Amino acid sequence: MSEKRREDRADVAAQGADAGRRRFVAGLGATAAIVSSGSLMRVANAQANKLKVGVLLPRSGTQAFIGQSCQLGADIAPEIIKQMLGVDIELMNADTETNVDTARSRAERLIQEGANVLIGPFDSGAAAAIAQVAEQKGMPFVINIAAAPQITEQGYKFVFRNFPTAPDLVRNGLALIGDLFLATNTVPRTAVFMHVNDTFGQAMAGGIKAFMPRLTQLPFKIVETISYDPAAKDLTVEVAKAKATKADIVLLVCRLNDAIILRREMFKQRWHPMGVIGPGNPGMYENQFYQALGKLSEYCISNVPWYNPKAEVTKAVDAAFRKRFPKEKLMFHALNVGYTFESILVAADAFKRARTANAKALTEAIRQTDIKSRMMLGGPIKFNAKGQVEGNLSACIQNLHMRPTVVLPENAAEAKPVFPWPDFTKA
Amino acid sequence: MNRRASILLGALLAALLALPAFANDYLLSVVILILFFAFSGQAWNVMMGFAGQLSLGHSLYVGVGAYAAAAIYVHFGIGPWAGIWLAILVCVLMGSAIGFLAFRFGISGVYFALLTIAFAEFTRIGFDHLDWVGGSGGFFLPVVRRNVNDLLNLRGSPVMFYYVALALAGGAFAFCAWLLRSRVGYYWQAIREDQDAAQALGINTFRYKMLAIVISSAMTGVSGVFFAFYYNNLFPEQIFHISRSIELILGPIIGGLGTLFGPVLGAAVLTLLAEGITEVMAMLGLQIPGVKQVFYGLCLLVVIMFLPNGIWPTLSRRLGLERKATGSDHG
Amino acid sequence: MPPELIANVFIAGVLTGLVYGLMAVGLSVIFGVVRVVNFAHGEMMTVAMYAAVMLFAAWKVDPILAAVPVAVAFFAFGYVLQAGLINPFITRPEHSQFMLLVAVAMIMVNALLMGFGPDALNVQVDYQLESFAIGPILFDKARIYGASAALATSALLFAFFKFSRTGKAIRACADNNLGAKVVGLDVKHLYALTFGIGAACVAIAGCMIVLLVDVTPVLGPGYTLLAFVIVIVGGLGSMPGALLGGVLIGLSEALAGLFFDPSAKSMFSFALLILVLLFRPQGLLGRRS
Repeated sequence: MSEKRREDRADVAAQGADAGRRRFVAGLGATAAIVSSGSLMRVANAQANKLKVGVLLPRSGTQAFIGQSCQLGADIAPEIIKQMLGVDIELMNADTETNVDTARSRAERLIQEGANVLIGPFDSGAAAAIAQVAEQKGMPFVINIAAAPQITEQGYKFVFRNFPTAPDLVRNGLALIGDLFLATNTVPRTAVFMHVNDTFGQAMAGGIKAFMPRLTQLPFKIVETISYDPAAKDLTVEVAKAKATKADIVLLVCRLNDAIILRREMFKQRWHPMGVIGPGNPGMYENQFYQALGKLSEYCISNVPWYNPKAEVTKAVDAAFRKRFPKEKLMFHALNVGYTFESILVAADAFKRARTANAKALTEAIRQTDIKSRMMLGGPIKFNAKGQVEGNLSACIQNLHMRPTVVLPENAAEAKPVFPWPDFTKA
Repeated sequence: MNRRASILLGALLAALLALPAFANDYLLSVVILILFFAFSGQAWNVMMGFAGQLSLGHSLYVGVGAYAAAAIYVHFGIGPWAGIWLAILVCVLMGSAIGFLAFRFGISGVYFALLTIAFAEFTRIGFDHLDWVGGSGGFFLPVVRRNVNDLLNLRGSPVMFYYVALALAGGAFAFCAWLLRSRVGYYWQAIREDQDAAQALGINTFRYKMLAIVISSAMTGVSGVFFAFYYNNLFPEQIFHISRSIELILGPIIGGLGTLFGPVLGAAVLTLLAEGITEVMAMLGLQIPGVKQVFYGLCLLVVIMFLPNGIWPTLSRRLGLERKATGSDHG
Repeated sequence: MPPELIANVFIAGVLTGLVYGLMAVGLSVIFGVVRVVNFAHGEMMTVAMYAAVMLFAAWKVDPILAAVPVAVAFFAFGYVLQAGLINPFITRPEHSQFMLLVAVAMIMVNALLMGFGPDALNVQVDYQLESFAIGPILFDKARIYGASAALATSALLFAFFKFSRTGKAIRACADNNLGAKVVGLDVKHLYALTFGIGAACVAIAGCMIVLLVDVTPVLGPGYTLLAFVIVIVGGLGSMPGALLGGVLIGLSEALAGLFFDPSAKSMFSFALLILVLLFRPQGLLGRRS
C-alpha cells in the first residue's frame, strides 16, 4: 500500500481519535512534569540520625522469586537493627527488573533521591553495573549476594561484598564434600559434573577446574563435564549423557528451575547415583524445589553459605520473621534473607561508628567493619583491602523431611547426613 | 524543513548542549539513555524506514561492535577511537553477508526478519562459548575513575559520556538528513514506495538496499562501542538478546518510521514514559512487580492502534513544522 | 557411546519434537491463512498452561482432560482477538502487526506476573514421573501422551481442512484472498475462525507441556521463537510440515546435545533455520506461493 493512502487513512483515524490524542499528549506532558520535578530538585541530604538505605533487588523479570525472597530480609532489617544497634534505618526499595540497564538507572535514581548507601542486587551483572555508578558517585555499595570474582578485582574503592566469591564457594564446597565422605565412610570414585552455562555457572566451573587438582584428599575424579543452557526446558539429553557415564555421584551447579527439571528427568530415566551434590549454588534447598518435587526432593545436598542456627542474631531474625511473615519459614529463605539482612547490618553498624551519613566517612567506617556477632556461618565480617569478606563459610545442607537441614559442620549440625542415598543402585 | 522547524531544532540543540549545567547525574543518565536509543534507533531506521527491510536482530550489531572494541581495548590496549573502525568493519561484513544472502535468495518480509533473529541468536550462543571475551561469564572493562576525563580512552564522568552520546546522536541525525536529500535518499524512497517501478526506471535496487543495510549495521556497531565503554561490562545473554533488538526498534516505530525526527522523539517518549510510570508507582506507594510493563504495553498498544505512522508525523503537522508545498512529510 | 543412549535420546527428541510441533501447528494455521505474525504465540501458550494449573489446583482436573475446556475457551478468545483487535492490521505493514502483538505479549506476560507471581507453578499427577520400559529403552509417559495428543489433534485438523466446507473455505481464503471475497465468502469471519482454531491448538499444546515443564510468566518469548523456527523449517500453512518441523528441531537439538556441547544445542536449530531460509524458504513441506 502506498504511503499516500496510508496517510489518508491515518488522517481519518487521527481526526477520529482527536480527543484521545490530545489527552495522550497531555498525559505525556504531565508525566514529563512529574519526572522533571522529582529529578531536577536536588534533595537535601538526610539528617545525621537516620540512614537511608537504597535496596536494589530484582522483584520482576526472570529472577523475581529470588529478589522477592531477598526483599523479605530487607523488610525486617529496620526493626531488628533498631533493637540491636539503636540505629534508625529508612529503606528505599527499587526493582532492578533483572535487567542491567534498569539496575544502573535505578541506582542513579536512588542516589539522586538521597540514599546514603546502596545494597543488593543479587545478580553479578547488575552488581557490576551498580558498582560503576557507586564508584563514579563515591557512594558506598554493599553487595548482598553475587559470586562473580571480578567485581572485587576491579580496584573499586566504594564497593564491598559480604558474600563468598565463586572460587571461595567452590573451595568451601569441595572441602565439605570431603568431610561428607569422611563422616559417612564412603568413597565415591567417579563424578559427573553438570553445570548451568551462565555467569554463575561458568565462574563455578572455573573454580572447580582450578581447585580439583589441588584437593588430593577427595577420592573421586570428574569423568565428564556437561554444561547446559539455563533457559532450556528439556534436559533429557543432558541427563542421558550423564547417566551413561555411570558415575558414582553428580556434582551439580544449577539454579532452581533447572534443578527441578534435572531431578525429575533423573527419576524418569531411572538413574540413582549415590547422591547429587551442589558444591555452592542455589536451587536444591529452595522452597519451590520441595513444592515441585515432593518426595523426590529428599536427600539432595547443597554446600552453601547458611545461617548459624545457634547464633543469637539468627534467633532474633527468626523471631521477627515469624511475626512479620507468618506464612513463610526462614529456613526456606536462609541464604537470601540472611545475607541481605547482613548487608544492611554492615551499613547500620558503620553508620553508628561514623555518626554521620556523609558518603566518604561512611565508606571509611564500612572499611573498618569488624562484626563478630553475626547471623551467617563464618568468621567476623571484616573486609580486606579489595572490599571482600574472606571468612564466609558454607554448610552442608541436606533435604531431610522436606526441609533444608544442616548436617555439617558437626558443631552446627541439626542431623546426620544420609549418604549414599537409600535408593542408590550401582549402574 | 520550514523556518519554524529550524528554529525549534536549534532551540532543542541549545537546550541539550546546556543541559549538564543544571541537571543532576540521574537526569543526565536518563538523557544519555535517550540519546543512545535515538542513535541506534536512527541506525535501524535507515534500514527499515528508508529501505524497507525489517530487521529484528539488530542487537547482533550492537553486541558485535561492543565486543570488538572492548576486546582489543582489554587485550591489546587499543583505545575506542581505533576500536570504532574495527567495530564498523566487522558489522559491515556481517551486515553485507546477511543482506547478500537475503537478496540472493529472495528473502523478504517476515522471513527476512526471522533470518535476522536467527543470526542474532546464533551469535548470542556463540559468544556464550567464546572464552576469549569471557564467554557467558561476562567481559569486564577496567574501572572508570571519576575525576579524570580521558576522552581518548572514553574513561570519565557522566558529563563526558553525555557529550559523546549527544555528538553521536546529533551526528547520526545530520548524516541521515544529508543522506535523505542526496540522490541515494531519493532512490531509497523510490524503492520503498514501489520496488518494481524503481527497478523499471533503472535503479539498481540490490545495490541501494545493500547500501542501506551496510550503513545501518555500521552505525549500530558504533552505538555498540559506546555501550561497551559506558557500561563497562558485556554479557552475551543481555547484549544479543532479542528483547534488546525489540527495545531498539520501539523508538523509531512509535516515533515515526522513515522520518528523521521519529527515532529521537520515540526514544524520548518511551524512556520518559518508563521513568514516569516508575515515578508514579513510587508516589502511590505501590510495589506490584509487572504493573509498569503492563502499562507500558498498553501505551504501546494505544499508539500502534491510533497513530499507525508514529507520533511524529501527526505531531509535526499539528505544530506546523511541515513544509507547505507537497503532501509528503519527512523530517 | 552406548547404543541405548543414542536410542533413548533419539526417541526423546522425536516425542518432545511432536509436542513442540503441536504448538507450531497453531501458528502455522494462523500464519498460513491470516498471514499475521503472531508474536504472542508463546505467551498464549503460557496462559493456557496457567489455565491448566488453575483447573488442577481447584478441581484436580488432569491436564489432558482440561485440554478440552481450555481449548474451547481459547477458541473463543482467539476469535475475538482476531475479529476485534487484529483484523484491521492485516493490511498494515508487517512491522505494525509485529508491534501490536509484541504489545499484547508484553501485557500478557506481565499480567501473569501480577496475577500469579514469579514462582513456578506445576501440576502433580502420578504418571508424570513414570516411564514405559522396553528393554533398555525408556519411553517417558508424559511425552507419549503429549505426542499422541499432537498426532490426534493434527489428524483432526487435517480432516477438518480437507473435508469440511468451512475448512475448504478457509483454505480458499489462504490461497486467494480476493478470489474468496469475490465468491462471497465472509473473509473476516473465516479469519477469526482460523485464529480461534490456532489458539485452540496452542491451548492443547499448553496443557500437554504443563506435564513436562513448570510454568512461569516468562516462558512465552522462548516458545514464540521456537514456534516460528519450526513453522519456517516445516513449511508455512502445512500441518504435517509443522509436526515434521517440530520433530526435526527436537531431534537436531537432542542429537546436537548428545554429540556436541548441550549448552550450544540451540545453535543447531538456528543454523537449520538459516539453511532452510536460504535454500528452501517455503519450508520442507510447504508450497512455493
